[in-house]
Amino acid sequence: MLWLIPILPLLGAALNGVFGKRLSKTLITSIAVGSVALSFLVAVREFLTMLSLPESQLPILTDYFTWIQAGRFQAQFGFMLDHLSGLMILIVTGVGFLIHVYSAGYMAREEGFYRYFAYLNLFVFFMLTLVLADNYLLMFVGWEGVGLCSYLLIGFWFTRKSAADAGKKAFIVNRVGDFGFILAIMLIYWTFERIDFQGVFSRLGEASDFAVEPLGSVGVLTAIGLLLFLGAAGKSAQFPLYVWLPDAMEGPTPVSALIHAATMVTAGVYMVARSAAIYNHAPGALLVVAVVGAFTAIFAASIGLVQTDIKRVLAYSTVSQLGYMFLACGAGAYAAAMFHLMTHAFFKALLFLAAGSVIHGMGGIQDIRKMGGLRRVMPWTHKTFLVGTLAIAGIPPLAGFFSKDAALWAAWNDANYGKLLWLVGVIAASFTSFYMFRLLILTFYGSPCYTEQDVHHVHESPNSILIPLIVLAACSIVAGFAGVPPVLGGDNHIQQFLTPAAHEAKSESLGTTAVELTLMAISTGAALAGAGLAYLFYVVRPALPERLSVQAHSMYSIMLNKYYVDEIYDSVVVWPVVRMSGEFLWKFVDAFMIDGAVNGIGRLVRGSGAGLRHMQSGYVRTYAGWILLGGVLVIAWFLK
Amino acid sequence: MIPASWFLILSAVLFLIGVLGFFLKRNIIALLLSVEIMLNAVNLTFVVFSNQHRQISGQIFVFFVLVVAAAEAAVGLALVIAMFRNRESLNVDRSNLLKW
Repeated sequence: MLWLIPILPLLGAALNGVFGKRLSKTLITSIAVGSVALSFLVAVREFLTMLSLPESQLPILTDYFTWIQAGRFQAQFGFMLDHLSGLMILIVTGVGFLIHVYSAGYMAREEGFYRYFAYLNLFVFFMLTLVLADNYLLMFVGWEGVGLCSYLLIGFWFTRKSAADAGKKAFIVNRVGDFGFILAIMLIYWTFERIDFQGVFSRLGEASDFAVEPLGSVGVLTAIGLLLFLGAAGKSAQFPLYVWLPDAMEGPTPVSALIHAATMVTAGVYMVARSAAIYNHAPGALLVVAVVGAFTAIFAASIGLVQTDIKRVLAYSTVSQLGYMFLACGAGAYAAAMFHLMTHAFFKALLFLAAGSVIHGMGGIQDIRKMGGLRRVMPWTHKTFLVGTLAIAGIPPLAGFFSKDAALWAAWNDANYGKLLWLVGVIAASFTSFYMFRLLILTFYGSPCYTEQDVHHVHESPNSILIPLIVLAACSIVAGFAGVPPVLGGDNHIQQFLTPAAHEAKSESLGTTAVELTLMAISTGAALAGAGLAYLFYVVRPALPERLSVQAHSMYSIMLNKYYVDEIYDSVVVWPVVRMSGEFLWKFVDAFMIDGAVNGIGRLVRGSGAGLRHMQSGYVRTYAGWILLGGVLVIAWFLK
Repeated sequence: MIPASWFLILSAVLFLIGVLGFFLKRNIIALLLSVEIMLNAVNLTFVVFSNQHRQISGQIFVFFVLVVAAAEAAVGLALVIAMFRNRESLNVDRSNLLKW
């Protein structure tokens, strides 16, 4: 039955993609939403079946057919269900279902309604293939497929140049990461002579037998880990490959929620957690993962502090939160990373959908400086957004508090620079809290900054938009209780749940209870401080941010311009490539050499034809003369 | 017994006459006649060698050539009539439209 889970959305995508033009919107919606809903139900059933099995029978492996067979290389088309992929299929189909419902309301007036749902269903199919795959190559198929759907959906409004450009940017930046992933798969095959997860992980102990000569056994595992992480950094928007994610906000808002917040961008985290066995043998690679994660967390959060586009703030927030997940992975706490992945999927999808509801109600305005006072007009959107803000800021007892705390606690216990990474994480947490409350206050509180001329009839969104918001808000409140740590009287369900699948590196009880409680208090304090600062800046003394931006102008403009990273990439990568293509490849290689050769042959044939055609004089006896000459020459040749 | 070389010389002379006739005459009927002379020169060669080598295949070849020549004459004369109807002239140098 496992195959039903991805096949159903694929069927929906095929139906809507092929016949969608002739179907009514109601039918398109029922196909798209229904297929994901059914898929979710099957996923729940499979998940429960898996839970009822004893530990020794996990993971459930199902081989469908041999996909590639070439010499000794073999790749199966098979699915693998264990705790890790089980959690992922529930997130993907569950959150995916809610976002499909939301989309039905949000996209109701769009051209290409069927196209949108076909892409969205196709995305769900590829994402499920990615998480269910039982080998690296099949995972890569899903990996590329979600990248394709991401590209298609970012550029959904392809007539707008910025959207088409953003789609291309996402696709190209992801190529860099995918290149790393492909190299990693090759290196894995070279080292272990197989690519299925079980086979590779079971042979890790014998890694020294396969050691690729110049690297040694630890070296080759570190190389595999780093290359896999390059792939993960591309897909999960980590420094320095995060630049595509903020631009991806050109796509429709539900797409941002599903693909660029809840599911696709977490594929990298899932892949690292899936490869935990490899990473545990490669401490060097783990350190890189942790450092890049922590740096991305604080770097992206600091950009988010000053952005004014509601979706862009959330985009930088996503980059930053993904940094936390990698920080946890790097500290060896894969369960904590997956926990944060799950809670983040809920509250970030919620925040995006609520932002979409705001944009919908405001008739397309995204600039938070032009909003304000929406609390009265959009009561439900406001309430759910408030829940999301509290959850992401890490205010107990909402979901974000527990998961972020688990990640930070893991960082603290990490042997390599753990305390430093923890400190970075806590500062990033206060940043997170600040920009989220800034967003909340500027959007929903205070007096309206728009006039009736700008925006006609600001209104609350319809039910199909509000219901997913409310469900996600409820999840954001309760999801954290899946992982209440022992010091707070819980037993950390999710930790135990994921441990067999995620191959935990270290035992969690390194620090003492008192330390853990203190750290919790500090991180909560940091979150409250960020919130308080936002309150001070935007409610008590509204003139303060203006004055600060003038006084610390250089700092402010650097952050506002996103540290000029896009400009640096433009001048270091894009500009040379464009110039090289324009001046050398186009004008010299293509226009001069290739066109020159083709035209030259044409000119040669035409010139010789112009000369030789005078042989065709039209006089019979001239032709006879040529025949005679030919005959004489042939005879002369034989008589020679 | 007349030596074979005499026949061969005769054949070569006939062939040369045909060639020269083809190149020097302008009347298309004369051209066709020149072609016939050349063909028959070749026929003569065939017969001579057939006789010399005591092999019958050379003479069989001659029959083929005669058949082809007859067919060629039939088609050629038909073309000549068509040409005359069109141009009221048999001068080949005036039929030179099919060219570059």
